Amino acid sequence: MSEDTRNEVPVRLVRRPLVTESAVGTPPPAPAASGETVNITIDGRSVEAKAGQWIIDAADEAGVYIPRFCYHPRMKPVGMCRMCLVEVEGPRGPTLMPACYNPVADGMTIHTKSDKAVKAQEGVLEFLLVNHPLDCPVCDKGGECPLQDQTLAYGPGESRFVEEKRHWEKPIPISDLVYLDRERCIQCGRCVRFADEVAGDPFIDFAERGDRTEVAIFAGQPYGSNFSGNVVQICPVGALTAKPYRFKARPWDLQQVESTCTTCAVGCRSAVQASSNEVTRLIGVDSDPVNWGWLCDKGRFAFPAAAGSTRLSVPLVREGNELVEATWGAALARAAEGLARARRSGGIGVIGGARLPNEDAYVWSKTARMVFGTDSVDAQLGDGVPAETILGLPRATIDEAARAALVITVAPDIKEELPVLYLRLRHAVREQGTQLVELTPAPTGLTPYAAETAFYRPGELAALAAAVASSEPVTGDVAGVAGATIEAVRAHVARAAEVGSPSGPPVVVVLGRPSLAESEAQVAAAAHVLAGLPGVKFLSALRRGNIHGALDFGLSPGVLPGRVGLDAGREWFEYQWGAPLPAERGFDTAAMLNESSRGRMGALVLVGADPLTDFPDSNLALRGLLGARFVVAVDTHLNASVRHADVVLPASAWAERRGTFTNVEGRITWLSQLVVEHSVSWPDWMIASELAERMGVNLAFTCLEDIWAEIERVSPLHHGVHYELLSGIRARDGVVVPADAATIAQTVTSRPLDPMADPGIASAELHRIAPSALLVTSVEMTPEPDSIDPSDHVAYPEPPPSGASGEGVPAVPRPLGAPPVPAPSGAAPLAQGLRLVTRRTMWDGGTQVQAAAQLAGLAPDPAVRVNPAVLAEMGTAEGEMVVLRSSRGKLTVPAAADASLPAGTAVLTWNLPGGSAGDLVDSAAVATTVTIEAHGGGS
Amino acid sequence: MPRLNPDNLQRALDLIALYPQPRSALIPILHILQEQDGYLSEDGMNHVGELVGLEAVEVRGTASFYDMFHFEPVGRYLIAVCTNIACMLQGAYRLLEHAEERLGVAPGGTTADGMFTLEDAECLALCGNAPCLTVNWRFFGDVDPEGFDALTDDLRNGRLDDEVPPHGTLIRVRRSVGLAAAGPTDEATPQSAEVGADVDAGPAPHRSTGPAVELSTHRTTTATNVVDAAHLEGRQ
Ligand code: SF4
Ligand code: SF4
Ligand code: FES
Ligand code: FES
Repeated sequence: MSEDTRNEVPVRLVRRPLVTESAVGTPPPAPAASGETVNITIDGRSVEAKAGQWIIDAADEAGVYIPRFCYHPRMKPVGMCRMCLVEVEGPRGPTLMPACYNPVADGMTIHTKSDKAVKAQEGVLEFLLVNHPLDCPVCDKGGECPLQDQTLAYGPGESRFVEEKRHWEKPIPISDLVYLDRERCIQCGRCVRFADEVAGDPFIDFAERGDRTEVAIFAGQPYGSNFSGNVVQICPVGALTAKPYRFKARPWDLQQVESTCTTCAVGCRSAVQASSNEVTRLIGVDSDPVNWGWLCDKGRFAFPAAAGSTRLSVPLVREGNELVEATWGAALARAAEGLARARRSGGIGVIGGARLPNEDAYVWSKTARMVFGTDSVDAQLGDGVPAETILGLPRATIDEAARAALVITVAPDIKEELPVLYLRLRHAVREQGTQLVELTPAPTGLTPYAAETAFYRPGELAALAAAVASSEPVTGDVAGVAGATIEAVRAHVARAAEVGSPSGPPVVVVLGRPSLAESEAQVAAAAHVLAGLPGVKFLSALRRGNIHGALDFGLSPGVLPGRVGLDAGREWFEYQWGAPLPAERGFDTAAMLNESSRGRMGALVLVGADPLTDFPDSNLALRGLLGARFVVAVDTHLNASVRHADVVLPASAWAERRGTFTNVEGRITWLSQLVVEHSVSWPDWMIASELAERMGVNLAFTCLEDIWAEIERVSPLHHGVHYELLSGIRARDGVVVPADAATIAQTVTSRPLDPMADPGIASAELHRIAPSALLVTSVEMTPEPDSIDPSDHVAYPEPPPSGASGEGVPAVPRPLGAPPVPAPSGAAPLAQGLRLVTRRTMWDGGTQVQAAAQLAGLAPDPAVRVNPAVLAEMGTAEGEMVVLRSSRGKLTVPAAADASLPAGTAVLTWNLPGGSAGDLVDSAAVATTVTIEAHGGGS
Repeated sequence: MPRLNPDNLQRALDLIALYPQPRSALIPILHILQEQDGYLSEDGMNHVGELVGLEAVEVRGTASFYDMFHFEPVGRYLIAVCTNIACMLQGAYRLLEHAEERLGVAPGGTTADGMFTLEDAECLALCGNAPCLTVNWRFFGDVDPEGFDALTDDLRNGRLDDEVPPHGTLIRVRRSVGLAAAGPTDEATPQSAEVGADVDAGPAPHRSTGPAVELSTHRTTTATNVVDAAHLEGRQ
């Protein structure tokens, strides 16, 4: 049935062919890069180059700069602008050739500064400027413009053209975020090539020809790509500008630091720029193992949220029904008092932590265990994967995934949630021969590139994974997936195991939560069976900020810092911390909310957590918050859940403080400070330290260096990873933990900054702020009477001297191993109806989007997508309102037909303004089922 | 605005089947779309993009490279007057000016009654019969101002309906899909069958229908000009 209905409406009769070349051209076949070296002569100097390398790259490596516009090191060359013409000697004498389009050959003699080459460069620049408006004084690119710079360095100085230039309407919007000024365009094709070749969103293209050539969108179809900011970044002139940055600053006014984007867990490297203590712009930095210079639009444009209207500026305390402003002293005293009470009765639960840098995650983890006396800490909000699964399985890097013979995704829509990882995986499939297989309940942005996509019935992921991993003959459908599809997936697995990959593991599973309406136990069970595939490694697809740092530092029940289990690490950490650890494994977020809803939790501490928005089951989240006896929120923004708090403590945000970050791979990179803390906000670690102090424990941290020194000492995962290394330029690309001494010694930045590829980043460098700037002394404090009864103070012995060894020192604990075999889910049969799938999209109702004025409007309107057959059966037309009902609640939304969906599935985007699937999801069920009916009463 | 009608959709699918890559069929399908509506409508380009696996902007990007595709509605007859060198030497500008006056529109314009759209064109490859023009891609050579008036009268009065289809298609496109041999689907192209039967020998010459001047009508293909030798002899 589902097969039939799926084939019925051919929305797109042909799938976009995977082998299409760039919109603009096809490069000449480059000789296979064999790793051989050849000898060439550049400007009279003989140098070695790699066989197959483009002349322009070989020259770069030899320190000879050849001017360029269209060439970008992360895209295929097209030889369009002719700026890189050099003279190459050949049998018919020296010839001008584009250096970006011709590979080196042994014995090649190249002149980049001969009379002919210089004349060609001058001629090309004169031509490029024929129609260029030269409006540099009002152009955003002025001061960092490759056209300006190269005209100065390589131009003829004067133009012979006196004719009228072509004229276009000055900047026209091609999307909500990007403006196009066609007068300035030099037709290098970087933008249209990026859109097609790199992002796979070819919504811009050249139109017309000759001197009428323009970059264009199609009528009514804006350049709505998740990656549109990159074309602004790589445009070598001021033709493409970003709406949020237009006329904000001049390059020479900008302060720059190099940092890591923390908007999602990919951790893209970026140059962050500020003017007058206001962050103005992010530019992607080419980190070879991670983002290749690209950023997604959310990462690039969401920073203004830090200055948004809901940003918390001062501590707040509850007076009756209201949150009123308070001093730090008063607020901390209230919080400490309430927490001390809760510790005695009911216990404390800590939810959140993925917003925190590593150091802060460590301090919060320690504070929870040692001061709050609880193991109920969870940085995931029921929307992830059990920590033991992520931490215990063999981990892959992004590079390893890209080089694997086969990538299997058990994940949400990576194009929406971990966007730059999508770019890397797409590239791997298209250019590196990696095969992609998806196990997913609904199509994703990667589906067009998958060799096989198994659309399973929500709630039956584990069964599908078991069928894929098994060698028993397939008899019929499994989890709604046709037997033939499962055979095909198995064939891919077998092939991968057989041929392997010369430089990566045979199989990498990208593991995340395919749908928030399906239980995480299904994912854990699937991971467990897939872990049996030979040579398999796992790349996490958890998305939230520094979630991997939070997990590595123990912000998860039963897990201690360094990926150590609670019991395995008990002796070691009690020795190191000098305090007893909670006797039992604590609750995860769902259990905390559940307990709290029954009035059984003493207090909830929300550390950058908004369960009302992010916990899949909004109903439970609300009952949990309402049932909580005491709530402390440590956050940057006044989000929906924070409004329920009794005490609100304002935290400093990204770029307002230093720290380190851990990405999906376990790669630790440096976060730089660029602006001062917002208002009187504090870094999260300081808030934890202060609460601990008021509850009787002096953690004795005065700066991040103190914290990291302790981390290095107590976390087996971080041994040998020194702060000096992390904060230095050598480790710009970060260090993947665990790292052995040899790896650490070899850590070097793999690529230099390239201002011609990514204009505007030239002067970015690591920016160190003196530690004293972060000391508490800089914060004004009002002394408050210590309202806590001294008997409430935790009496712990002094910690042992650091680095102690020998007698009585427990052995360093071993990290978590393979996750435990998940209990077979003896799930009750699911109710009749459609199985719900819900996952996130880039522009949603989340704080980061909604608090940034330019982004708030980008979120799509909510709609439920179902197979057209479902609507036909109901007699409902597309766009009409339908009512969805689950055991949890109901939601009225417009219906949309999607022929690519199995007939038994309904897809609802998570958390959109105006309707979230959270009202429907039952987090206790294996999968949520909904009924659908036309909205009564007509409209 | 219409997408491809069912007949034309079938033609498009037949064209796609001819190539290993669907997008290779883009240009021929665009000709069919233009034949259908006289120009490439936005809906039409969207539809073609869906068929060949391209975004609409890529379809437009490719189409707009070529002058023979139109993006705005055109009149029933699209008159393209060659102004390239051979025709220019033979009075093309005089002809064009006359056409502008006669029709009351500048090049690019369409008459108020929606009958004619006037264009200037580069070499139409009928230099031997300069000055020349095409009407819906059908050739007319040795056109002087009086001949132009006679031609437009004839067109207006339907006297050339047999020769000039409402919106022309290039014969190569039809032939590629084997449609010409199957017979015309368009009532206004009675010669299609004949063309299909013997296309490589070129079409038979046509007698002028205008009283004052002998008009030459040539059908040709996009890639190769099949100028009929017998006809040229007749001219000499
Ligand atoms: S807009 Fe910029 S990137 Fe795009 S073609 Fe023009 S100059 Fe190149
Ligand atoms: S992919 Fe993630 S880390 Fe990279 S720019 Fe986007 S949000 Fe930031
Ligand atoms: S042609 Fe080589 S950089 Fe443009
Ligand atoms: S110049 Fe007019 S047809 Fe060639």
